[in-house]
Amino acid sequence: MIRVENLSKTYHVPKRSTGVKAAFKALVKRETVAVEAIRDVSFHVAPGEMVGYIGPNGAGKSTTIKIMSGILVPDSGTCEILGRTPWKERMAHVKDIGVVFGQRSQLWWDVPVQDSFDLLRDIYRVPAESYRKTADRLTEILDLADLLTTPVRSLSLGQRMRCELAASLLHSPKLLFLDEPTIGLDAVSKLAVRQFIRELNREAGTTVILTTHDMNDIEALTNRILLIGKGHILYDGGLDHLREQYDTVRTVTVDYREGQIPPVLDGVEMSRLGEGRVRYRVDTAIVKVSGVVARLSAELELKDVTIDAQPVEELIVRLYREHRI
Amino acid sequence: MNLYLRYVKMVFRCQMQYRVSFLLTMLAQMLIPFSVFAGMLLLFQRFHLLGSWQVDEVMLCFAVIHMAFALSECFARGFDMFAQVVSQGEFDRILVRPRGTVLQVLGARFEFSRMGRLCLSVVVMGIAVSRLSIAWNPLKVLSLVLMVSCGTLVFAGIFMLAATLCFWTLQGLEVVNIFTDGGREMAQYPLDIYKKEITRFFTFVIPFGMVNYLPLRYLLDRPGSMAWHALLPLCATLFLVPCVLLWRFGVRRYQSAGS
Repeated sequence: MIRVENLSKTYHVPKRSTGVKAAFKALVKRETVAVEAIRDVSFHVAPGEMVGYIGPNGAGKSTTIKIMSGILVPDSGTCEILGRTPWKERMAHVKDIGVVFGQRSQLWWDVPVQDSFDLLRDIYRVPAESYRKTADRLTEILDLADLLTTPVRSLSLGQRMRCELAASLLHSPKLLFLDEPTIGLDAVSKLAVRQFIRELNREAGTTVILTTHDMNDIEALTNRILLIGKGHILYDGGLDHLREQYDTVRTVTVDYREGQIPPVLDGVEMSRLGEGRVRYRVDTAIVKVSGVVARLSAELELKDVTIDAQPVEELIVRLYREHRI
Repeated sequence: MNLYLRYVKMVFRCQMQYRVSFLLTMLAQMLIPFSVFAGMLLLFQRFHLLGSWQVDEVMLCFAVIHMAFALSECFARGFDMFAQVVSQGEFDRILVRPRGTVLQVLGARFEFSRMGRLCLSVVVMGIAVSRLSIAWNPLKVLSLVLMVSCGTLVFAGIFMLAATLCFWTLQGLEVVNIFTDGGREMAQYPLDIYKKEITRFFTFVIPFGMVNYLPLRYLLDRPGSMAWHALLPLCATLFLVPCVLLWRFGVRRYQSAGS
């Protein structure tokens, strides 16, 4: 489906300088700074796979997506999607892909959603018969029936995102790029969008590349993540594997009878949460959780014990820190 | 072409959502060239002749170029406003759709309020034609139509060149206005009133002379003009060839506008 090999791209951005003198100088000779967006990025994606593409802001996510969708031409490296090079056979390539930029609408702002859909049908030259079928199905699954006659500008963000998803799928693409599809959505809309993507992938077999900052998206949708930082691919593999490797921290929260003194344990961070309540942060690579619980129950009269794994967010932060990005 | 008309319809419907704003802009667009036109009339009141040209003849010249300008500002607005199209991320969207970039950029913007300018030009042309005793024949009618339509294409070409510059820099594009607004101001008068170098530049480099001055001489049966001058506007459309080639070259250099 997707074969990306040693992709590199450097931007030449005008040097920003302050002051009037510098501005005049820039008039005559413009100095540019080379900003390396991605370097030697390689990965493969199989048909029907769902991949979470994550990394901090400015890591090169957007650049990679833009190259894969035929917007940008890379400096070097190869990228083959469905047997085609996006920037060389742009028109043939983009017929097979759908792109949703979460922060930018692809719909015409001032007219009803239906009008945008109709124009997209003409742009993509979708045959009337299959257009009707696809549109009907999308309308049903995404619950758009009441929205189609509303101008886009009057839609809520969640409603708009559902329409965006439909708009990018009207031509039944084999590959879908989702750039932060849940950004700014409320909890209900997020769940709806995730559920739809999951179904799309399962039923139509659409390959999905998803960039996001919301780790719940990743957890809900995909097992494979690609982590990029400072332009390099740092991790390519399953989320569960990542868990095993990095997710060694457990927090043990204990409620005990007031008046007792919770013990200080070696290699375990302790924080008091108030009278009769204490939290221990246990790194299982050093100390076993069972040992901690055993010690506590020996020394305190316990009312309640909860053990939590750390959220994926923290996992990713640790991963970023480890790679210094 | 079909898709182009659908774009026209779509953008028209969008602009009709803001009717009052639309009508006011249209009115303003009618008044701006009117002041230029009034200035011209005042000069003629004082001097009677401009070179060897009478007021009605210059009015025809004026009307042709302003019509062409109005039409191109309406229909090639996407190129005129290309910096905005890029900075709003619309060009990214254009590139992920399976149609040519030129067609889609044209379809991204239409400025129908420019019809105000067009209205004024039509009136001026009507007055000029009714007062001039032109010996009309089919070729002359065709020539007048070509003057306006090919003139529109020449302006569109300049807008396209300006847009192409956006692939290298998104700032300081005012310089291009020398050729659009400047070109319009120059070409609204018969070109032979200027120095030879200027006349040559606006005939052979940016071919306003071929859509206005030379065929106009033929319309008015000026000495030395020949029947084939009537078809010179077609020749002027060759100007679009380098414009489109440069555009294509520029698209490959496109750097997009951040995430």
